[in-house]
Amino acid sequence: MKVTDINSRVNPQFQVKHQRSIYKSLEDKHTTIEDVDIDDPLNAKMILNMGPQHPATHGVLRLVLQLRGETIEKTKLDIGYLHRGVEKIAENKTYQEFMPYTDRMDYLSPYSNNVALCLAVEKIASVEVPDRAQYIRMIGCELARISSHLLWLGTMVMDAGAISFFIWTFREREKIYDIMDQIAGHRFTVSHSRIGGVANDLTSEASAIIKEFITKFPQELKDWHGLLDRNRIFIDRNENVGVLETDKALDIGATGPVLRASGFAVDQRIITPYSKYDEVEFEVPTRLEGDNLARYFVRMEEMKESIRIIQQCLDKMPKGPIRSNNAKHAYPSKDEVYYSMEGMIHDFMMTDTGICPPAGAECYHAVESPKGELGYYIQSDGTGHPWRIKINTPSFRNLQVLENILDGEMVADTVVVIGGVDPVMGEADK
Amino acid sequence: MSLELNDTLQTLVDGLTETFSDKLIEVYQSSGDTFVRVEADSILEISKYLKEKQHFVFLCDVFGNDRYTSDERFEVVYNLMNLRTQTRVFIKVRVEEENPTLESVSSVWKAAGWNEREVYDMFGVRFENHPDLRRIFMPEDFEYFPMRKEFPLLGIPGSIELPNTTPDTE
Repeated sequence: MKVTDINSRVNPQFQVKHQRSIYKSLEDKHTTIEDVDIDDPLNAKMILNMGPQHPATHGVLRLVLQLRGETIEKTKLDIGYLHRGVEKIAENKTYQEFMPYTDRMDYLSPYSNNVALCLAVEKIASVEVPDRAQYIRMIGCELARISSHLLWLGTMVMDAGAISFFIWTFREREKIYDIMDQIAGHRFTVSHSRIGGVANDLTSEASAIIKEFITKFPQELKDWHGLLDRNRIFIDRNENVGVLETDKALDIGATGPVLRASGFAVDQRIITPYSKYDEVEFEVPTRLEGDNLARYFVRMEEMKESIRIIQQCLDKMPKGPIRSNNAKHAYPSKDEVYYSMEGMIHDFMMTDTGICPPAGAECYHAVESPKGELGYYIQSDGTGHPWRIKINTPSFRNLQVLENILDGEMVADTVVVIGGVDPVMGEADK
Repeated sequence: MSLELNDTLQTLVDGLTETFSDKLIEVYQSSGDTFVRVEADSILEISKYLKEKQHFVFLCDVFGNDRYTSDERFEVVYNLMNLRTQTRVFIKVRVEEENPTLESVSSVWKAAGWNEREVYDMFGVRFENHPDLRRIFMPEDFEYFPMRKEFPLLGIPGSIELPNTTPDTE
């Protein structure tokens, strides 16, 4: 039987057309007119379905691999198992109501997502944000970056075979959850950033535990570097695996650490400095190799830079208000709502109508989320609901990279490469 | 409205005006972002020109937009970046409601592949010469284009049953 005629051998039971078309598409990828039966007398080719419920695919990612022995000949990805249509939901909500949905996009770094939406809405509606709120947002974003990279580190090293490492990174992640609990009142889906500022100020307890975290965390990083940097098993598993060449990286649309590991210092914090990123000093780590090991070094360095940024933010943070004082732009504080009639009316208006950008205005704002460039395009029709929100998510673009770099790898490296690209399906599937 | 263009964008607009004078429809700015609208039939040539002559090598995103108007209903926006000067520009084209088709730019930027699949999946705009134009989020069996404005939030034929809206008692 010919391996190329996959459709005759499988008998899908659900979403039949969909299943058939993905096998057909796998068949068609770099089409050749070879006769497989003669070429493959031992019948070493097979089609391997990986996912969507595979524990190492980091969510509901499905890979359809065509193998020849242990080598992957070609790959197709099937995504959309977590598609909830958040862009459609956004069109039927006010901007502030949509905020909790952004938490659930990239659920490993909710804070960055909140800030990305806020910044885009603030850009289109020309909302001024007080300095203190901007610094608080930066601290939140960088903590989210560390938290996201910690999960990547733990699971990627676990994919490469070291289980106990996962527990150590999760111990540190737990500390970040505690910090988020102190900052925002929630551990996981924080929704702390608000249009026009943030929900509440940093308490002294929160500042204290952030300070404690940033003094202790560099030592942990150092220990992990000591364990992994020259670890032969780790390097053998990661070096020259999943290589994305520098000249292909831009064309295929890589972003974030994947792009930086291939040699391009593209970072939205430098290109379009939002918040106060132009007032802090930090480096954008890059590597030239483009393999999984390079991505490891880039992310490890980024965590170090994040600590530096948080340190500078804590030093530079001025005292002052944490939300815009303009009642048309932001929610009034709870004190005003409870003790003044006007505050209550404003609160009601914000909830009912929300913020209304000018009719016909369009804007795009991108932030550097832990996974890469996270951009919000908003088109307004003058009402409190956006006419169109398009979310440009980094995981979606990096998964497209994954589909291309897996060809020619060993099947055992698949999970390591997925780990190195670090996709979050909540974000890729929207 | 006067435009505030930096050097890269000025070169871009001048270059487009010179080379594609009959294809350029309008250039406008909104909230600090620059949008260039061109004729839909020339998108492939303009993409090649932008990549090769103007160094817009990085395609960040391609997305659709339903304008919900009787003529030229759908809009497809290309989000491009010039990494040399770190400038962003948005190229827009509009297509008709009936059988919307566009030339695929995935031969210029490979990154467009999945993005165009998303536009097709959500709006039903077909891309010619696309290497693999399938739906990306929804299954192939799905018959609708969910981001079109007339698509309801609830009550899709063939979908799960809606909750009962009348009280059980009575």
